[in-house]
Amino acid sequence: MTIPAGLRRTVLRAQRDTGFLAAGVLPHLALVPVWAWAAATTARTGNWLLTVSMSAALVLLGTPVLTAVQRARYRVLIGVDVPGLTPTAPERWTWASTARWLAATRPWRKIGYHLLLGPLLALLELLVLAVAAACLAGVIAYAWSWALPTGIRQDWFGYLTQLPAYTAAGLLLLCALPWTARAVARAEARLALGLLGPSRAQRLQERVDQLAVSRTDLIEAVDAERRRIERDLHDGTQQRLVSLAVNLGLAIAARPDLPSDAREVIARAHLEAKEAIAELNDLVRGLHPAVLEDRGLDAALSGLAARTPLPVRLRVNLEERVAPNVESVAYFVISEALANATKHANAMRVEVIVRQVGEVLRVRVTDDGLGGADAAAGTGLTGLAKRVGSLDGAFHVSSPVGGPTTITAELPCAR
Amino acid sequence: MRAVIAEDSVLLRVGLIKVLEMGGFQVAAETGDAEGLLAAVAEHRPELALIDVRMPPGFTDEGVRAAMEIRRRWPGTPVVLLSQYVEERYAADLLSANTSGVGYLLKQRVADVADFVAAVRRVADGGTALDPQVVAQLLLRRDSDPLARLTPRERGVLGLMAEGRSNAGIAQALVVSESAVAKHINNIFAKLDLPVVDADHRRVLAVLRFLGASRA
Repeated sequence: MTIPAGLRRTVLRAQRDTGFLAAGVLPHLALVPVWAWAAATTARTGNWLLTVSMSAALVLLGTPVLTAVQRARYRVLIGVDVPGLTPTAPERWTWASTARWLAATRPWRKIGYHLLLGPLLALLELLVLAVAAACLAGVIAYAWSWALPTGIRQDWFGYLTQLPAYTAAGLLLLCALPWTARAVARAEARLALGLLGPSRAQRLQERVDQLAVSRTDLIEAVDAERRRIERDLHDGTQQRLVSLAVNLGLAIAARPDLPSDAREVIARAHLEAKEAIAELNDLVRGLHPAVLEDRGLDAALSGLAARTPLPVRLRVNLEERVAPNVESVAYFVISEALANATKHANAMRVEVIVRQVGEVLRVRVTDDGLGGADAAAGTGLTGLAKRVGSLDGAFHVSSPVGGPTTITAELPCAR
Repeated sequence: MRAVIAEDSVLLRVGLIKVLEMGGFQVAAETGDAEGLLAAVAEHRPELALIDVRMPPGFTDEGVRAAMEIRRRWPGTPVVLLSQYVEERYAADLLSANTSGVGYLLKQRVADVADFVAAVRRVADGGTALDPQVVAQLLLRRDSDPLARLTPRERGVLGLMAEGRSNAGIAQALVVSESAVAKHINNIFAKLDLPVVDADHRRVLAVLRFLGASRA
């Protein structure tokens, strides 16, 4: 006989849930003797100061242990992870740090859970277990009746009426048991998450922290990748192309006696190689300018401004070098802004100001061009806004039609 | 003339040796890093050091630093830097002390063998060889200084001057007569407020004015 999969699952789940509830009874009752003793001793001796302080100490000592036990029970038996608070770096003791610790860990919630809610939950668990025991007893009552001596069984009228009724009631309860156990287990898990776990605000805070870290990692990984590609191209492909061009140049210079058609072919190859080098140079510089890494923003910007075919007034005021990813974003903001001013804005002159004010790097690029640039129109500006956003910076474009256009970016650069 | 080459790409090093030999140099030593370069210069005291900017171990600006070290320890040693990109800041570093016997060229210029050899010779003879691209960078961006007063033709002449060419070389490059070049140069000196003291000296001053402007 095969048991239908659905039924088997239900049975297994009921088993698991009732096991979970059974495992909860003892830890939930663990603090009862403490306060029962305290109450009894107070009543007998009247010395409430001693008993209250003693029991409070016991409760305070017991709470972390019981919390750990409960966490293990939730995790192992029903797979619910009640997260603890991620440990933070210890601070020097002050009232403020204590208040922060209390606000973060909220110990009274845990104490309340173990001290007051625990016994109630234990009662509930016992109730469910009792019902489970009763329904099992009911279901097998009829079978056990066959163990009675025949005379007794036949003399007892209940043998025909009561026992089938027990069996039926047992079966009914048995059907209800999985859902009841499940509901109680779920309710307990909810309570535990609320009272033993971190609050919603804390969970969000932790999540935000995690996301911030993973985003920073991602950005750094991308930047490292750009640098790696730049280095590979620079040390590999570019050198080969240069070497090729040099050899072709040598061929032209060293062999003036070649037939003119051969010379022409070599000359053309020479020209193409040089053009390829120039193109590759532009491409590689767009990836990650080497001078930015070597000499920092100031030097890279002066090179950039110099290559811009417009008069650029550049003022860079940095106390020290900022983080590489901040340098990189600032560079690309300015590079894109200059490219826009050149290509689209029809500008006559551009002013670039980079200043570090406290822990913010302020970048401002102003041109006297036509204006009308739209940061929301899916242009390069959108990409810049995203890159600035990736560092939690602020990006702003002011570009009324008729100009002037001002692009500002404020990048946090605390080290 | 003895030359020392520091270039970490072996392929290119072979090419450079051929080019230099074609230009009448003897390559006394070739090396792939800055330390080897300093040792080679100490040993051979060459009449030219041809140096790649980016070399091991850091692959950043080791070449520039090595070049400055060479200029400090053995003043007057002609030095030519080769770079994949020209950044005026590197050039300014190198030229801040002295503009004679200094060159800063884009690697791809090596491919134009005759021009490259001529530029390297100029440096070996105590002249200057700046890459046209550096010169262009220096010329383009200044607006608030006397360079803005120059006519495009005068800028062109100043650019070629900064590259290190003689009047004859400039006349040839611009396809004008040498006297026309001399006239332009006089105009440049006048506009840059360079008094008549010594004609050769003023050329260097004009170039330095350039570089000074690059840091404004």
